[in-house]
Amino acid sequence: MKSLFRPLRAPDRDVLDEHRRMIRAAERRSLIRGGLSLGALTLLTGCDVSDSGAVNKALLAISSFNDRVQALLFDPNRLAPEYPASMVLKPPRFNAYYEIENVKPLNGGSWRLELAGLIDNKQPWTRRQLAALPQREMIIRHICVEGWDYIGQWSGVPLRTFLERVGADLTAKYVGFKTADDYPSSIDMATALHPQTLLATTYAGETLPDPFGYPLRLRTSTKLGFKNPKWITAIEVTNTYPSGYWESRGFNWQSSL
Amino acid sequence: MHWINAATMIVMIGSGWGIYDDSVIFHFLHFSDTFRIGSWAAKSLLWHFAGMWVLALNGIAYLTFGIVTGRLRERMLPIRVADVIHTIRDTLHFKLTHDDLTTYNAVQKILYLVVILAGISQVVTGLAIWKPIQLSWLLALFGGFQGARLIHFLGMTVIVGFVIVHVALSLLVPSTLWAMLSGGPRLGSRQAGRH
Repeated sequence: MKSLFRPLRAPDRDVLDEHRRMIRAAERRSLIRGGLSLGALTLLTGCDVSDSGAVNKALLAISSFNDRVQALLFDPNRLAPEYPASMVLKPPRFNAYYEIENVKPLNGGSWRLELAGLIDNKQPWTRRQLAALPQREMIIRHICVEGWDYIGQWSGVPLRTFLERVGADLTAKYVGFKTADDYPSSIDMATALHPQTLLATTYAGETLPDPFGYPLRLRTSTKLGFKNPKWITAIEVTNTYPSGYWESRGFNWQSSL
Repeated sequence: MHWINAATMIVMIGSGWGIYDDSVIFHFLHFSDTFRIGSWAAKSLLWHFAGMWVLALNGIAYLTFGIVTGRLRERMLPIRVADVIHTIRDTLHFKLTHDDLTTYNAVQKILYLVVILAGISQVVTGLAIWKPIQLSWLLALFGGFQGARLIHFLGMTVIVGFVIVHVALSLLVPSTLWAMLSGGPRLGSRQAGRH
């Protein structure tokens, strides 16, 4: 059927030629307008877009790009500031993916530190053997990814000293940790070799209390709190990305300060 | 550049609220998840640390363009006390004119400068919070980690306050909206004003 709006008499072709530029401009304008409303639509349905696979993948890709940027920004010789003992928080603040009542204390006597991966001597370590290694103490700020912070006093064997002692491949990319509370974690080798990265065994001059990782936990001054696994049972040196408990749930892996 | 910035600001503010809620600064203030970007803290952080690149690069491009072409100085300066009083008096008499969108009145100049400075401050305090040890000298400027966090939060409130006023006023004067969408006003006075 012929449209009611079609003129009875076709317009002169010359008219069309004269106004060709105008018609084209009108089309361009509608394209811009269409594009804008499409953009507005993505804002309105923000939630759906953010949970879709493609956007999530893009965000994670940027996060691993940020890992590389942070590795470049990391100065292995820069020490975190240290503080006077009077500022130390006692006891430290507890934080885990479960409540403090659900902490399962370990038996320090039967506990062993297992070693795996690119390490020459994989003999397990006891508490006493670790205590015989050179120790270091540091009073540093703990910064949580949530935004809170406190000053803590930690001592133990520098991870570098330990890795050198067991003949670890110090050119490997990652040092991974396994813990008694199923909280896998991993850090880059540069951070593992930083002088303020300790296998900590004491807090505020006393043996590490149960909720804070007895008998052995990691304490590194240059990473966010969640990168410091407690109740460590095994250490692995590897070139395969080991991820971690929170990292596999979307938190940035480097998370360096 | 304006619309890239507008979209990025929405992302940064919404995701920032998501991160804030994980450990609030003011115990009475939480943001409803209706207004948060990212279903939980990890997602909000991913958005925030992706948006930061766009915000910073777009901001650097804007400032470089504005400074090199002299556009920033031409539009924003000078701000005279007499002009401020004049603008306020005109506003109260409902005599404020919007004939020439290319010339800002004194109050507009102040607001635009404040929000540009707030944007710069957000990037700098953001860097200090992100890298408190590598950039510890920067952190010291803001009175430590919690100080930088507080200033970062206050910068957000300045920007949100600006956005509310800015959007409300542009809706009141619809010709500005068309100018923003089409890339700028085409007024005779613009040419006349230049030479």
